[in-house]
Amino acid sequence: MSHDEAIPSAGPDFEHLLTQEVVIDGSANTTLTTGAQSVEPDHSPRAPQHGAVTAPGQLPAPALAVAPELRAEVEQLLYRQAELLDGKHWQAFIDLFTPDGVYWMPVNPAQTSWEAEPSIFAEDTLLMEVRKNRVTHPNAWSQAPLWETNHLVSHVAIESIGGNEIKVRSRFHLMELRRDNVRHFGGRYQHWLVRGDDGVLRIRLQRVDLFNSQAPYDYVLQIWV
Amino acid sequence: MKDLQRLVEPDRVHKSVYTDPAIFDAEMEKIWERIWVYCGHESQVKHPGDYHAVQIGRQPMVMVRQGDGRINVLYNRCPHRGVQLVGNQSGNTGSAFVCSYHAWSFHLDGAVRAIPLAKGYEGTRLTRDNPDCQMKRAARVDSYRGFVFASLAADGPTLQEFLGEAKVAFDDMCDRSPVGEVEVVPVCHRVIQHSNWKFFMENQLDALHPSVTHQSTGISAARVERRLKESGQNPPLYYHMLSAFASSFDQWNAVQTINYPRGHGILKAYMGLRPQDPDTLEHETQLKQAYGEQKAEEYLSRSIHHVLVYPYLSVQSPLQQLRCMRPIAPDKTLSEIWHFRLKGAPEAIYRRSLWYFNLVNSPSTMINADDLENWTKGQWGLKSDGGDWVSFHREHGRDLEEGGVVYSQKGTSEAVMRSQFRAWREYMQA
Repeated sequence: MSHDEAIPSAGPDFEHLLTQEVVIDGSANTTLTTGAQSVEPDHSPRAPQHGAVTAPGQLPAPALAVAPELRAEVEQLLYRQAELLDGKHWQAFIDLFTPDGVYWMPVNPAQTSWEAEPSIFAEDTLLMEVRKNRVTHPNAWSQAPLWETNHLVSHVAIESIGGNEIKVRSRFHLMELRRDNVRHFGGRYQHWLVRGDDGVLRIRLQRVDLFNSQAPYDYVLQIWV
Repeated sequence: MKDLQRLVEPDRVHKSVYTDPAIFDAEMEKIWERIWVYCGHESQVKHPGDYHAVQIGRQPMVMVRQGDGRINVLYNRCPHRGVQLVGNQSGNTGSAFVCSYHAWSFHLDGAVRAIPLAKGYEGTRLTRDNPDCQMKRAARVDSYRGFVFASLAADGPTLQEFLGEAKVAFDDMCDRSPVGEVEVVPVCHRVIQHSNWKFFMENQLDALHPSVTHQSTGISAARVERRLKESGQNPPLYYHMLSAFASSFDQWNAVQTINYPRGHGILKAYMGLRPQDPDTLEHETQLKQAYGEQKAEEYLSRSIHHVLVYPYLSVQSPLQQLRCMRPIAPDKTLSEIWHFRLKGAPEAIYRRSLWYFNLVNSPSTMINADDLENWTKGQWGLKSDGGDWVSFHREHGRDLEEGGVVYSQKGTSEAVMRSQFRAWREYMQA
């Protein structure tokens, strides 16, 4: 066999294979040159695998120590929102938002604009009204079969209070029953809350990052998560 | 296939073409694994080593950019023991594919690069030039205006012959850019359809269904749109895009379909994308400067709602969006949904099309929510013994045919389905 026809041996990237050889055969002379050790080409540097990348950016902000009354008020708002969704109280859900409020579910956590990049949901209160009217229309065919959901909200952390605005994050788990199937969605909520002149906390922006936002969707999301 | 003559008649088809696993397998072999299948846009693999995994028929493939700039499409499979070489949907593999099992490695064109302990192969039948030592390549790879396709068959029509008149899908998209190019937005929504792929392809040019299926969304959007108008506000264009779904049967009859050979087709309907706002006017000025008054006017006034590249692609070129079907089983289809930016065009033009992408094509779609439900229920019905035939009789015999192209005389004619099945039968009989 000529040199050209020979299969090139893998190079020094694979020294770990030698270590294995020692384990397999303790009597082997590890100073011997093997194909894996000695022959070019080596393996070029490659980008780390996606799953192996450490998340960039900073650690999650530690929760503020706030007055128990405020903490309870914020938590109760998040729980109320989950209850309204599970009870299909769509208008009451929309009323939790300020008139200029936005419900946004981006595609990935790095996104920063609800109007410049593809989103899963990007809705102001008028579009929320369209969605509400759709699912309550007598000929919203996909509402038969009816479906049920159950939300759990936890890990509530008030991140910052600045001026009139409270920023809070939490985790959620949504189970949805449709026909005979249960689907699961989970992830992080971020709420930017403001207190109105009437003293009531309302949502100026709710950002929902699904942990499974880019997995294939078995059917679609008909209503807010 | 021996029964094809009995299964596909000019005005009706037997239900089994949607449900029979043997027919599905034959489709994979005779259609998907022979024709030109869309792999992705070249901007998905900008740099050497960038890859994107893609399914062609039953074959797991990987589209990859080589060091010399060319794009290859390879079987995502190590020739040693069959292990898939890339485990992610997309990424960068450096200058080589390296197998996770025994560290066989391959150049970006699929040629073997190195194998550990290669001396073990001396004197065996596995030599460097043995095909069993290489990643297998797609037989043919070609692109049209940046859109990359591969064919697993060495012979057959060229890509441009395959696309035929349907290549207007890509021309219409790219011509709206002042530099004639688009760039992919790196988000792919994937939605599973529990139905045969044909449901989607038929639905896309079915002008009768929107005002039935989508009336709840169309009417709901129209209510808000009307209220905004009555209060003196100018409703954003996306309200019209949604409310138009509930147009009357007469209005839908006024649009037309053009049905080309090979099952391709166009739903002609102007999407009202030329309002006289400053952003649109700036865009029009850009195109006139780039292409001249006459060409720019031709590009801007094309009347296209959808273009279908049969049997798997639906392109909404005026809004730069594309849906690609990857059949998984007779009753299961994966749809991949992409959006593109017009290079050099104003940001506002992108954002306007983004509203449609978010409202109609995202996983929270208020439109496809009802389509998917129809197709699921349709698939169930076709599995039953409640009937044997699917009817495509509407306006049969009243279409206009010239030079192999079928023009509907009414937009709701089922010429679309008849034309698709004519192509299907030709593929399956070949």
